[in-house]
Amino acid sequence: MYISEAINKVLFELLTTNPEVYLMGEDIESPYGGAFKITKNLSEQFKSRVINTPISESSLVGVASGMAMRGLRPVLEIMFGDFMTLGMDQLVNHASKFHYMYNGQVDVPMFIRTPMGGRRGYGPTHSQTLEKLLLGIPGIKVLALSQRHSFHDIYIHAVTKEKCPVILIENKALYSMRQELPENGRSGDFFITESAGPYPCLTLSLNNFVSADATVVTYGGMLPLVEKAATQLCLDEEIFVEIVVPSLLGVPLDINWVEASLRRTGRLVIVEEGTQSFGFGSEVAALACSKYFKLLKYPVIRIAAADSPIPCARHLENLVLPNEANIYQELKWGILNDS
Amino acid sequence: MHQEEAKLNLYSKMFLIRSFEKRLFDLFKKGKLFGTTHGCIGQEAVAVSVVSTLPKDTIYFSNHRCHGHFLAYSDRPDLLLAELMGKKGGVCAGRGGSQHLCYKDFFTNGVQGGIVPVATGIALAEKLKKSGRTVCVFIGDGTLGQGVVYESMNMASLWSLPILFVLENNQYAMSTFVRNAVAGSITARAEAFGIRSWDIVTSDVFAMCQTVQKACDYIAEEPRPGFLAFETYRFCGHSKSDECHYRTAAEVQTWAEKDAFEILQTSIKDKGKRELIEQQCLNRLEEVVREVEAMPFADV
Repeated sequence: MYISEAINKVLFELLTTNPEVYLMGEDIESPYGGAFKITKNLSEQFKSRVINTPISESSLVGVASGMAMRGLRPVLEIMFGDFMTLGMDQLVNHASKFHYMYNGQVDVPMFIRTPMGGRRGYGPTHSQTLEKLLLGIPGIKVLALSQRHSFHDIYIHAVTKEKCPVILIENKALYSMRQELPENGRSGDFFITESAGPYPCLTLSLNNFVSADATVVTYGGMLPLVEKAATQLCLDEEIFVEIVVPSLLGVPLDINWVEASLRRTGRLVIVEEGTQSFGFGSEVAALACSKYFKLLKYPVIRIAAADSPIPCARHLENLVLPNEANIYQELKWGILNDS
Repeated sequence: MHQEEAKLNLYSKMFLIRSFEKRLFDLFKKGKLFGTTHGCIGQEAVAVSVVSTLPKDTIYFSNHRCHGHFLAYSDRPDLLLAELMGKKGGVCAGRGGSQHLCYKDFFTNGVQGGIVPVATGIALAEKLKKSGRTVCVFIGDGTLGQGVVYESMNMASLWSLPILFVLENNQYAMSTFVRNAVAGSITARAEAFGIRSWDIVTSDVFAMCQTVQKACDYIAEEPRPGFLAFETYRFCGHSKSDECHYRTAAEVQTWAEKDAFEILQTSIKDKGKRELIEQQCLNRLEEVVREVEAMPFADV
């Protein structure tokens, strides 16, 4: 099943089984069904519960938190993750604070889903990976899923069980890919272990965790690219890497999911689509250095977008964003030059 | 209720608010409070007329200048003072302080404008749940500079939400005179969204109540959003450290002559009864201060 269909199906299930769930967003009603068609056909079946809104992201995040405070479970689509900036006051000064500053008297169980990421030629304001702006906000949860995470299970949990605002970063490139869920510890060419809990961290290995040269932490829409680079490295150079893929990214960040792999490899690599500075990778590297300093035998390697706006033209965008080829090259030379 | 009794009832609420706010400035001077406070001295009639008139189950969202609204809603100066003093018994156990209160269905937040979409979302939820309840959100003239106010009005009108926007035009956004920050007509802004609005330019608290009642009936019957624009004045500073150098004594005097509190006070025929109410209120406040000072600090 394509990921766009998987999300559409789970939204249908949520609307069917939870009368307090409402979908809101710009152009999400039929016949348009959302800019990425994720809510296709849902408004026909749930007429008053799939609600088209004006282009008012700043207020919509607030409207959703007001609904959530009164016992509803709003699911808000922000059409492009780039527009999350408009809702920042509501997130930072309102939704994320209410539970704490009102001393636990209210919960704000709203769910925001928003597509981020490039590779479609949408240019500087519709291609960004901006979750770094959200990751440091206490009181909210930020998720990003890969094609090997269960969109179904994670959506069901986050929308129906959470008490705080949850933001799901959906990489646009994943929508047209298939879900490839692990079965009996395998998925594609990979052996996979999965951590417990509602938001599992996956660890992938091509050689059943026997040994590897690096632990590559990545998430969301970068996983398919890292997998391809890892497979190619194995074929070309017999370099093995393990890939660690968390799904829960924000504060409080506990990177204990990286420990087991680091014990086998002694080398940490972080690959992300966002700009390199001051982001997820910076935090993981800092935490790894304080928590697992003795496990690290080599310098940390960072692979990320250049600290630059994302240009529109394909060849220019490709120079800014990390892609399969440069992930391969950086991993290869990083490992070979420092072994 | 007999007119005189009604007067005394409204007066006692307004007196509590004014005395509480004055007492806070005094407690600050004595070093007994930490942080700041945004007094509403001069604006008591807005809080009291709105909260006394709207249905008891109305859900409120207020702003940084929220003590009057809170006291009109809760009649619990003890819970408010405990919050301001960081005591365990405060409404938010010291986490919220003056600007971030939560008590039953009364909420406040200190960022200008941001409360309006949240209140709009609450109104949408109540409408979807068919609860029949109304939401009331208090904003100030300064807040009219924020875009989310208009985004929210637009949605409230599009979706016919049961929400009352109460604008307290106290003439100043901190030190900025309203005519230097707000262009055109205030109520025309609401009308442009198809939101029925009422200008309330009076010092008579009963007249205020009557207009609030009209708006309230309209919101409940339609249901539709409504907008009330009160002309009022803040006699104290914006916050505890504001000495009001931006306005003249003559201007303050002009407004003092229109002070709804004083006009109500002088209109009460039974001076003895009025003084008794005042004394009881002051005694109660002194008791509250003693009681709250003795409370333990909030848990970490």
